[in-house]
Amino acid sequence: MRGPTWMVFWRGLIPSYRFVHVWRRHFMVWRKTAMASLAGSLGEPLLYLLGLGYGLGRFVGAIGEMDYMVYVASGILASNSMNTATFEAIYGGFTRMTRQNTFHAMLATPLTVADVVAGEVAWAATRSLISGGAIFLVGMVLGAFSPGSVLMVLPVVLLSGLAFGAMAMVITAISPGYDFFLYYFTLVTTPMFLFCGVFYPVASLPPLVQSLVGVLPLTHVVALLRPVANALPVLDVGFHLAVIVAYALVAFTVAVALVRRRIIV
Amino acid sequence: MHPTIIVASNLTKRYGETVVVDGIDFEVGQGECFGFLGPNGAGKSTTMRMIMGLTPRDGGRLEVFGRDVVPEDSVLAAQMGIVPQDNNLDVDLEVGENLDVYCRYFGLSAREREEKIEQLLAFAQLSDRRYTPVTKLSGGMMRRLVIARALVAQPKMVILDEPTTGLDPQARHLIWQRLAKLRETGVTLLLTTHYMEEAARLCDRLLILNRGCILDQGSPEDLISRHVEPEVLEIWNRDGMPSLEDFADLPGRKEQVGDTLTIHGFQLETVRQLVVQRAGYACLLRPANLEDVFLRLTGHDLREGL
Ligand SMILES: Nc1ncnc2c1ncn2[C@@H]1O[C@H](COP(=O)(O)OP(=O)(O)OP(=O)(O)O)[C@@H](O)[C@H]1O
Ligand SMILES: [Mg+2]
Repeated sequence: MRGPTWMVFWRGLIPSYRFVHVWRRHFMVWRKTAMASLAGSLGEPLLYLLGLGYGLGRFVGAIGEMDYMVYVASGILASNSMNTATFEAIYGGFTRMTRQNTFHAMLATPLTVADVVAGEVAWAATRSLISGGAIFLVGMVLGAFSPGSVLMVLPVVLLSGLAFGAMAMVITAISPGYDFFLYYFTLVTTPMFLFCGVFYPVASLPPLVQSLVGVLPLTHVVALLRPVANALPVLDVGFHLAVIVAYALVAFTVAVALVRRRIIV
Repeated sequence: MHPTIIVASNLTKRYGETVVVDGIDFEVGQGECFGFLGPNGAGKSTTMRMIMGLTPRDGGRLEVFGRDVVPEDSVLAAQMGIVPQDNNLDVDLEVGENLDVYCRYFGLSAREREEKIEQLLAFAQLSDRRYTPVTKLSGGMMRRLVIARALVAQPKMVILDEPTTGLDPQARHLIWQRLAKLRETGVTLLLTTHYMEEAARLCDRLLILNRGCILDQGSPEDLISRHVEPEVLEIWNRDGMPSLEDFADLPGRKEQVGDTLTIHGFQLETVRQLVVQRAGYACLLRPANLEDVFLRLTGHDLREGL
């Protein structure tokens, strides 16, 4: 890329349509073990759904008007979109960037760093979408989702996957090794899993904690998915969407800059 | 002279405080086969990577196809085939799939891809391995696949960093033959190698690099006539090294290379006969070659880690 430095910098953040080829490559690899990986990635969310929905549900009964099974199912749908995209972009992305030198091989073609990172993030979000679709099916059978809502649910899951995939790529870009990811799980994704309204309303937290939690992206994914999945009216749609989109865009920008700094030396 | 397609002047690369490529100048013409020689760590790969657009330079000028080289230039990348020093094949995929994804990265259509894959598998003699996972290939097969992969988009120039290192003689000959075939079609070749025979056989012109600086450049014949005498007598014995003193009385320039003593000069046949008369020594008279030039210019000691 040519031109003044600032222009090169900004243009370097914009992927071309070629990112689809990167996405396609990941899909090609995934297809070989699709069934096994789907079964593996569905196990945990379904255990949470059944264990908490039935187990805890007997004591809790309902939250507001909502049966606890229904309540927790949409929470699991949201947190699973976070976890799936995070795992893919962290473990898959890091392995491809370091051990397998896949990124380097891609850069020896017309692909740019922005294309490669966009392909990773798009693929991470696709994984969220696939397992989100499977969870939706199971939840629907259990009566936890209203069938008609699928067309609204899946785009939110995809958007969530984009945001969390991009955030995870930032961590991938700066990580010295696999052990480093534990910090991210302990300090970022697990707290979100526990405090962002997956299992109980954010409103039940102390006010200070509430405002902290309000800054986190998963809070907004849950706030959208829970009513949407049950065909209820959603409050502040634009606001929640804007927060998630902002996380996705900022994280993507930072991830591209950091991956570039790391591999073009 | 063919049109110039690579112009490098005062090309410089630093890693931290270390100057790895130290202001080098060279030009490569279209259709040429241009080789980089030099000891480990001389800066060959770094120079190649700058030309490939995988590493930004720190100073000087570098133009390829008349374009200033910067990393991530899709237009330049589309015209170059790249064979990196380490095979970065896609280990999650099969042989054919490796070519397929590369075709996609270069934007080939489905029909072009199928045709290309078959043609390149044949070119690399891997047609019967199309569905083999890459991890199950031998080193030579991987190298052939990497070279095939570099050719998916009909590049005008192919850059090969040690294309034949670690290959057996058959595999090496096959690759030489393939590279010669490419040259016939007018493709410019840029390569590095540690095999002087390979350099002499393939390259029109060579550049010898040492610690980031150019020692000399020219055709293999020019380099030989410029730096070494035309004949070499190699002398060795079974137990230990022949010492310089034992042969001090003979004419010619003497060098110690490992366990062998070499005498460099003109018309050494008479010298050879003198050596043969001395008990315990074996010797071989041969014409001077690039290896003699290389050793003379870069010194005889192991350079690794310097
Ligand atoms: N990414 C890097 N970071 C720091 N130093 C580097 C990096 N890449 C190369 N170097 C250093 O640059 C110098 C030249 O390396 P280069 O790989 O260009 O050598 P080479 O001539 O290709 O050697 P070889 O024949 O062993 O392949 C070496 O001293 C090497 O340690
Ligand atoms: Mg090298």
